Order: sequence, then structure tokens, then C-alpha cells
Amino acid sequence: MSADTHSHHDDHHDDHHGDHDHGTMGQLMIGFALAAILTIIPFGLVMAEVEMDRTTLVGIIMGLGAVQIVVHLKFFLHLSTKSEEGSTFMSTMLAVIILVIVLAGSLWVMHNMNENMMPEHEMDQMIEEMQSLQSQQG
Amino acid sequence: MSHSQTASVRVAEHEVHHASPTPIGFWIYLMSDCIIFGALFATYAVLGGGFAGGPGPKDLFEPGFVAIETALLLFSSITFGLAMLQAGKGKRDGTMMWLMVTGLLGAGFIAMELYEFRHLIHIGAGPDRSAFLSSFFALVGTHGLHVTGGLIWLVTLLTQIKAHGLTTANMRRLGTLSVFWHFLDLIWIGVFSFVYLVRLI
Repeated sequence: MSADTHSHHDDHHDDHHGDHDHGTMGQLMIGFALAAILTIIPFGLVMAEVEMDRTTLVGIIMGLGAVQIVVHLKFFLHLSTKSEEGSTFMSTMLAVIILVIVLAGSLWVMHNMNENMMPEHEMDQMIEEMQSLQSQQG
Repeated sequence: MSHSQTASVRVAEHEVHHASPTPIGFWIYLMSDCIIFGALFATYAVLGGGFAGGPGPKDLFEPGFVAIETALLLFSSITFGLAMLQAGKGKRDGTMMWLMVTGLLGAGFIAMELYEFRHLIHIGAGPDRSAFLSSFFALVGTHGLHVTGGLIWLVTLLTQIKAHGLTTANMRRLGTLSVFWHFLDLIWIGVFSFVYLVRLI
């Protein structure tokens, strides 16, 4: 059914009787090895308290997480552009677009709000400065 | 796929494919679920810094503990994959055995999560303490509820397979639960990276 299974056909005589792609032992083990490595690295970095720039470390952890999500989609969930005539892939892409809008949008809007909403004590300082400026001019 | 035999199999599969709308329907449900989690992740991202003078991530999270939880969930994903391979070969006992291992690993994960939640509430770091903890409990709790739902489904399916064997209907259910289970492991990648690890640096 899917293009990535037929390369393993020789060593597996499974008859594909279901309507689902169950993958092969090889796929499962490659996925497991990749997922394990991609999990151990970020945990290792945090638990060994590696001396590194904070932003770089956050970037590495989030980056590896993103890669692992792709590994899971490919090797465990068998996401491909071909299953269900592409409907599966299309709905996934729609979900990804909505996720990007929701996540980036929330962070952007809330960041802007925090920047523009002045804390009360700063507001008082501003008013005092304005008043002293006015008295100097007047 | 050049052999005539595989081509005919392909056509037959195509017909089977359209016989059941379950796989694509369930996938669309999962994508909507994904958006719910996305909203909860966004909430955590926005409120995660609001400690209200209470404890922060470094006071509460233990990377070793989360690592074991992660390992349990990843291994359960693999054992489910092994169950699917056994089911593909038509081996009922093997399928049931791996499903039980998956269930035990999943139950272990839930037990650890309940222990963590209980501990946090006990030391006064419950969801009512700060915006950070509210969003933490909402996100991780929703994931935990999904895993619990998956466990109930798994036990139900085990009884079904025991009673009726690997029938077409049970194979479809098994395939659907497999996708659900792997999806929950995928969400957990986001949780351990973004909720726990990043906040511990």
C-alpha cells in the first residue's frame, strides 16, 4: 500500500490483509533507535548541566524535539503523502498550519501586550517625570 | 510494484481502503486533538512565567523522574508496534502478550504521573497556586487523561480479541488504537522538551 514498505517485502511474507499500514520490524527498530538517541541527548544535556549558552541549549532541545516528532510521524505513524490518496497528509498539513497560527500568534500577541502594558510603579515614575518636565517648561 | 501479482493486491487493498472510513476519520480527530494540545502548549508558553511568588520549575521538576516516564512511554510505543507486527502475521497470542506489556508500561506511566501530581499538591504546588502551575496541570493532565482513555480502550480491545480473535473489525480497532497510542507518545515529546527540560536550564 505505501511505497516505503515494499522495499522490505523480501524478508517479510506478510499478506497485507488489513486496511492499515503496520510497517515492518526494520522500520520499527530504526524508529526506536532514532527516537531513543533523540531523547537521550536532551536529557543528557540537562542532567549533566552542560555549560552552554542558555539560548543555544533551548534551541538544541526544541530542535531535537521537532526532529523526533518527524521521526515518530514517519516510522511509527507511517505518515506518507500516498495513504488515503493524500487526505491524511493534507489534513496533517492543515493541522500544522493551524498550530503555527495558534502558537506563534499567541506568543506574539501576548509578548506585545506585556511590552505595552506598563507596570504600575513605572507608570507612577513616568507621571512624575512628565510633571517635573512641565514645571521646568512653565 | 511492477509484478502483476502485487498490482492486483494493490487494487484489492484499494477497495478495502474505501470500505472503511475509520482510518481517515480517526486521523482527522487526532489532528483536532493536536490543536487542543497546541492551545494548551500556547497557554503554558504564555503563563509559564507567572509564579505568583510560588515555586518555579527548578524547585519542582526532577529530570531523572521525567526521563523514566519518557522511557516508559517510548517502550510502550515499541511494544505496541511489536503487537501490530504479530497481528499482521495473524498470531493472536503474541498480539495479546505485547498488548498486555504495552498496557503495563502505560499503567506505569500513569502511576508515576499521579504520584507526581499528588506530591505537587501535597507540598502546596497544586493547580491553584500560580498561573504557571495551572497551565502545567492543564496540559500534562490532559495528556494523562488521554493515556488513561487509551488504557481503557486497550483493555476493552484485549477482551474483544480474546473473545473473537483477530477479526477484520478487531484488526481495524487495533490499527486505530495503535495510531492513537503513537500519537500520545508524539505529544509527550513536546511535553518533556518544552514543559520540563527547557525550564530546567
